Amino acid sequence: MNNYDAIIIGAGHNGLTNAAYLAKAGLNVVVLEKNDYIGGASVSRELHEGWIYSSCSYVCSMMRQALHRDLDLGRHGLLLVPYLGTVNFGDAGERLFTYHDEEAAHLELKRHSPHDADAMHRFQTDLTRYSQLIRKTLLRTPPDPTSFRPRDIRELLYLAKQVWALGEKEIYEYVRFFTMSAAEYLEDYFENDMIKAAMASPGIIGTALGVYSPGSSYILLHHVMGDVDGSIGAWGLARGGMGAISDAIAGALQEHGGEIRTNAGVQQVLVENRKAVGVVLENGDEIRARVVVSNLDAKRTFTRIMDKNDLPEGIYEKACNFKIRGSSGKVNIALSGMPKFTGVPGNRYIDRGGQGFTGSLETMERAYDCWKRGRWSDDPFVESVIPSAWDPTVAPPGQHWMSNFVQYCPSDLAEGPWTAEKRDLFGQTVVDKIERYSPGFKDLIVHMEVRTPHEIEQEIGLTEGNIFQGELTIDQLFFNRPFPGYAQYRMPVKNLYMCGSSTHPGGGVSAACGANAAREILMDLRRPNTVPDDDFYDE
Amino acid sequence: MNTTDPYAGERLKLSPFHPRQQALNIRDAWSAWNGYKFADYYYDAEYEYFCVRNSCGTYDICPMQKYEIRGRDAEVMLNRMVTRDVAKIRLNRVAYCVWCTDEGRMIDDGTIFRLAGDKFMLTCGSPCNAWLEKSAFGFDEVSVTDVTDDLAALSLQGPTSCAVLKNMGLHGIDTAKPFDIMYFPFHGDTLMVSRTGFTGDLGYELWIQPALALELWDELYAAGENYGIQPYGEAATNMARLEAAFIMPAMEFNEALRTVHFEHDQTPFELNLGWMVDFKKPHFSGRRALLKEKQRGSKYTLTKLDIEGNKPAEGSYIYKNKRCTREIGYVTSAMWSPAVKANIALAMIKTEYLQGELWAEIYYEKELRQYSRVARCTRKQKPFWAPPRARATPPPDF
Repeated sequence: MNNYDAIIIGAGHNGLTNAAYLAKAGLNVVVLEKNDYIGGASVSRELHEGWIYSSCSYVCSMMRQALHRDLDLGRHGLLLVPYLGTVNFGDAGERLFTYHDEEAAHLELKRHSPHDADAMHRFQTDLTRYSQLIRKTLLRTPPDPTSFRPRDIRELLYLAKQVWALGEKEIYEYVRFFTMSAAEYLEDYFENDMIKAAMASPGIIGTALGVYSPGSSYILLHHVMGDVDGSIGAWGLARGGMGAISDAIAGALQEHGGEIRTNAGVQQVLVENRKAVGVVLENGDEIRARVVVSNLDAKRTFTRIMDKNDLPEGIYEKACNFKIRGSSGKVNIALSGMPKFTGVPGNRYIDRGGQGFTGSLETMERAYDCWKRGRWSDDPFVESVIPSAWDPTVAPPGQHWMSNFVQYCPSDLAEGPWTAEKRDLFGQTVVDKIERYSPGFKDLIVHMEVRTPHEIEQEIGLTEGNIFQGELTIDQLFFNRPFPGYAQYRMPVKNLYMCGSSTHPGGGVSAACGANAAREILMDLRRPNTVPDDDFYDE
Repeated sequence: MNTTDPYAGERLKLSPFHPRQQALNIRDAWSAWNGYKFADYYYDAEYEYFCVRNSCGTYDICPMQKYEIRGRDAEVMLNRMVTRDVAKIRLNRVAYCVWCTDEGRMIDDGTIFRLAGDKFMLTCGSPCNAWLEKSAFGFDEVSVTDVTDDLAALSLQGPTSCAVLKNMGLHGIDTAKPFDIMYFPFHGDTLMVSRTGFTGDLGYELWIQPALALELWDELYAAGENYGIQPYGEAATNMARLEAAFIMPAMEFNEALRTVHFEHDQTPFELNLGWMVDFKKPHFSGRRALLKEKQRGSKYTLTKLDIEGNKPAEGSYIYKNKRCTREIGYVTSAMWSPAVKANIALAMIKTEYLQGELWAEIYYEKELRQYSRVARCTRKQKPFWAPPRARATPPPDF
């Protein structure tokens, strides 16, 4: 059968979510995936026998609980387990433990700075306040601020009410916050560099900004506004790896009668009379549908699978200029045992937390300098977690896999294109850094998967390997995402939609983009809405 | 008793596993159960709950009451006491049972192990000596012995529990079906393992003489080191059992022998345990009243609810209308379920209103101020959490 109500291009978690909600409304949908596996960047892959890597994304906190609940993802095999605190490694041999337990966490901060231990309460309170405001927008379509349609006005009023509820002082602070760098923002609270470095690190993740770059404070917020079971700022592991998220959503999709085709890369979106009518696959097959939904990033959608002549004037240029710079790499390592870190007591709780090789604010900024010059950082910021310490399904008993997220790593090297040798050298830089803190680490390595932005783009299709499908800077957020005027998931060509992280609310494995897009599509097709509202209230 | 300690008479008993559990209870979070010092949690209740759902955990069931009932009349005596047909419990099998007063009100629930043709073990949450003695009255050949302090017991629950026991050398444990009992040689004695538990997940209970308790602990923890083994306490148990929709005394039911007010206790039918009441077997305590209830219908029915929103409906009333003018029941246990991602509850609801709308009035606090919310409730027929591995034989390794 080659006639569908909807074609969704890309079986990442947002594409699957979008398809699941359309299928739930009774539409006949097909998800087309170029790879022979589904999941996009929310994927589990066995690249070495016995080890299952979350090759790309590795932890989860933004996944909308309402969607998890509504699609009954638990029954489809998804279990999100919060992980414990993080050990941060300082350049001068300092160790900062962020314990799960509040009292222990306070005592530990106090060891570094009594001032900062107290200031942490104010910091957390302010961040929570900001988070709560943004969290309310995640499962909502951004209003068009220039529109006079009742729905947009209603949404704008809703937002105004939420902002107004902050109080005058906080409104000023909030606006200021959006324009600041993470490091500057933290200056307001903390004196200790180790603490500042640890707190600043979420501000650069996935973004081609440094800790001192304006805008990085929002990225920081983006990373702490998620929650696991209502505990805001907590992060969780998906049992079985991040692929468990995609698999569970795919399970829900199939239960509603949706179809997934792998090895079905899309060559071209078919446009007739200024309307999207279907797609042509790489193998030449043509599939037609009432609507076409792209889960690819904005740049790839408009510059790779669409004909420039099918687009209204200016869109192609907007897509070319869409800010989607690659800045991070990923090194997945299979280990024959649990690594021991100098100065860290190996206990059952610390082992089950994460590791932040933060160094200091200066080290992180210098790491960014390398990126600016088109090199990978020679002393990179590495955020790690050893999921196998907790998840019995991802490595053989007693053996482990370590996920290492690395910043910075450019998608284009100044000295010429990426090669396998350069990729391995990049991996070596990361291993060397970990070895500095964990002597003997190298001897534990059984297998390694090194992913530079180049690999991420080639395999997953994220332009420049940008993990968010476009940077989360204020010019590309909310009603500006991906482009001003196109933030409501409808694209410049009729019957064409976008549902990936290039749309509001951006990356982070929230499934919100896919769900929000489904709501809009169902509205256009005059079908009853199947997408739930967010289920938290009165936080 | 240590006479140099002036408070010796008031101190709690220590479980045979206490030395190991104390070392791991780094929050010193102790409460009490049947006179034993008992962990509420060890590190973090939610963390321990996730061990039960993701890897495995151990729960000290030494304070649980255990009675050995033996003799030629043991079977008939127990059959006279509990509502289920004890004759149907085969050798080396366990059955979940309840027992009632003559009025059909529930005294307690527990498990009966058939250890031999004429030998049973009954376990239950609260002491039951007196009722057992009463129930044995008139039977010639039956003896009831309280073996609570003579038998150490540890529950091992969670998806990796079978893998841990296999790793510990308990060959063939994977062939044990739910409610089976198996025996293994252990340091010159016998380790009894039953595939039972209170979490709704894959799990086992290990029974050993107290002198070997620490050996058992050490071997179990050595075998479980790479399988995420972790002790868990009362708080995590309560989360897991609610997801499995298991009832808890003093939550879902008030023990009949401790109930002051008329019908403030419950019947098995009200608690959804009608399937355990066997009218085909010989007479048992409460039969007449229960038969009458079966014919007439129960006043209340314990109901599984999925409640909109995310605020647990703890202590909420249930209403038949959104305006909350017609009260029809009350919530007995409620929580946000991290595994199911739902706002779940058990509630006692007047049976006649079950088919209609159900609304919970939920109170919650936000920075010292009370808020309330009326939330729609949806009835669930099945337990909130029932993974296939809990019933699979052989069970998966994780």
